Amino acid sequence: MGTEEATTSVKLGDINVEIIDRGKGRPLVFLHSAEGIAECEPFFSCIETSTRLIATSHPGFGRTDLPAPFCTIDDLAYFYLDLFDKLQLRDAILVGASFGGWIAAEIAVRSTAHLSHLILADALGIRVSKDETEVEIQDVFTLNPVELERRKFVDPAKWKRNHSELSDDVLSIIARNRESSALFGWSPYMYNPLLLRWLHRINVPTLVLWGEHDGIASVDYGRSYAAAIPGARFDLVPDAAHLPHLEQPARFATLVAKFAGITPALS
Amino acid sequence: MNVWQFTEQPYHPVWDATSDPLKNILPNSRLDPRKAADLYDEYMAQWQLCDELGINIMINEHHATATSMSASCTLPLAALARTTKNVRLMSLGIPIANRADPVRVAEEIAMIDTYSRGRFEMGFVRGAQYEVFAASGNPVSQTRRFDEAYRLIIKTLTTHDAPFSWNGEFFKYRGVNIWPRCYQDPHPPVWMVAIGAAAGGWIAEQKARVGTFLNGRASKLLFDGYRRRWLELGWGMPPVSQFGYMGLVAVANTETEAKRRAYQIAGYIRTQSRLAPQFTSPPGYVPSRFVAKEMRLKTNKEYVAEQQTLLTSSGKRVMLAKASIDELIDAFVAFAGTPDQVFEQVKAYHDYVGGVGNLIMMGQGGDLSHADTIDSLSLFAREVMPRLQDLHVDGYEPPTLQRAAA
Repeated sequence: MGTEEATTSVKLGDINVEIIDRGKGRPLVFLHSAEGIAECEPFFSCIETSTRLIATSHPGFGRTDLPAPFCTIDDLAYFYLDLFDKLQLRDAILVGASFGGWIAAEIAVRSTAHLSHLILADALGIRVSKDETEVEIQDVFTLNPVELERRKFVDPAKWKRNHSELSDDVLSIIARNRESSALFGWSPYMYNPLLLRWLHRINVPTLVLWGEHDGIASVDYGRSYAAAIPGARFDLVPDAAHLPHLEQPARFATLVAKFAGITPALS
Repeated sequence: MNVWQFTEQPYHPVWDATSDPLKNILPNSRLDPRKAADLYDEYMAQWQLCDELGINIMINEHHATATSMSASCTLPLAALARTTKNVRLMSLGIPIANRADPVRVAEEIAMIDTYSRGRFEMGFVRGAQYEVFAASGNPVSQTRRFDEAYRLIIKTLTTHDAPFSWNGEFFKYRGVNIWPRCYQDPHPPVWMVAIGAAAGGWIAEQKARVGTFLNGRASKLLFDGYRRRWLELGWGMPPVSQFGYMGLVAVANTETEAKRRAYQIAGYIRTQSRLAPQFTSPPGYVPSRFVAKEMRLKTNKEYVAEQQTLLTSSGKRVMLAKASIDELIDAFVAFAGTPDQVFEQVKAYHDYVGGVGNLIMMGQGGDLSHADTIDSLSLFAREVMPRLQDLHVDGYEPPTLQRAAA
């Protein structure tokens, strides 16, 4: 719990990109949530034996540079399309969790040229309701901290971190991830008002996974997301809230692998 | 020395009626509009008295909080622009990084300046951390937004020949051409606020006046940094009118009574930490590379309290939130006592910082009654203020950085 994966770096133009690139086979690109790629190792270990796992930190997160002009989700979508070009990816399985799911959807409406499958897990990024006061995505910046953890996790106690035991380096990354979440997602809060009407463009098989107990974005919100993508499937992940790749790594890996037609590790 | 009166215009009736946080999330059902109107009457009457006493008026702005009902500083300033005749009127300040329309801010400034026939002084601020949540601005880009809003406001106030367009990162306008324009030429004096010494350099470069609040001996570091910047730029020593310092001020016929008044005003300090933890540190307000230490502390309350320490005359440091009135006086945060005592305290502060041209008094705060406030302000005006006009420091030079650090 809480151990950091060894990461390396790849250069995209002037941008130093923190990257995990392990395994062999069809590429699976994982786009992380605002929590970053730390602590994803249990999921990564399950998925990497039958795929080439590529997991990067988004610009501004982890140890990836933040180019000075970057400030919108469009910047992140085009960054990844540039990266996929550089890595010459084909038939890639794109998996995005939460904020990473928003990026994944934005990538897919622009181009699926590199992709074979799209998996959105508790993805943010759209607004469905016409009622201006309805809260579809809970505001992680203003929630009481105890309530926030309860909404993110089925078992918040398991995910509580003692900041006084963490290094300055790790704490700086946590702060950096929070700052970059605000940079890209402050207002409109964690959504692009245009995305919902563009989802029809996604033309690869799509699976929308949702933690059964997601307290940040509801199951109904997830179903609306799936309904807007042609032919998309919707499945619940039991015993998980907003971050099933963290809370149910093996189950999550199995669902991903089955959908994409790859064999997961036995665990 | 110019003296200014300041009150946060608190809604104090709810302070002891609840133990909940007072900022951001306290529902406004806890406010009784009749009591609010009564309090506004008191604050207005105090300001009106200031016009008769020759005490200038400073008004600030806060949002979504029971600690201040001044949700727009320009509104009371506009009212006072008509009902006062003598004193100067300052905003400190308009939170221009959180206001959506800087041109509208410039229009309001031009109107107040004209209503008052040139008695307005325009202070601009970033706004306190927790206010970010009540406004719509992104905290990560707030400093850049402040800079652009400030440049746009100055351009708006100083352009008289034709409309101009503005295509900035944050603000976009087609044809800016405000009617009326300012009464003062080129525009009202500019004020900004800094607490730490580092911010003083940029403010000095703008030639703006700098106000600093309740930080005692640390204000000397700020003023000296400002002075050094002017000297580096070849502008000579800045006049003391460039500097303003806010302290709690309570005057009475006896020391005991004055300290009681100061204790009530200090309710402002005691309520500062009544803030829910999720609002103490907006993402990016302080760059993330400085945040690691903050995160290590056990509770945000401790962090807030630790940040605000004061240097006493013995060299010991005390926490602002926990200091006694005597410690606050020793630390130059409070000036409280009989008129003679308050004069000596202000003089000691004035001499310590090498001269200051503006004393901004928090003469009302917390639940200090209207009657006590009136009495304190009147005593101050009659028996302290005239003597402050004789204060000056000859031949002051800011220490070099090496000596300052020693």
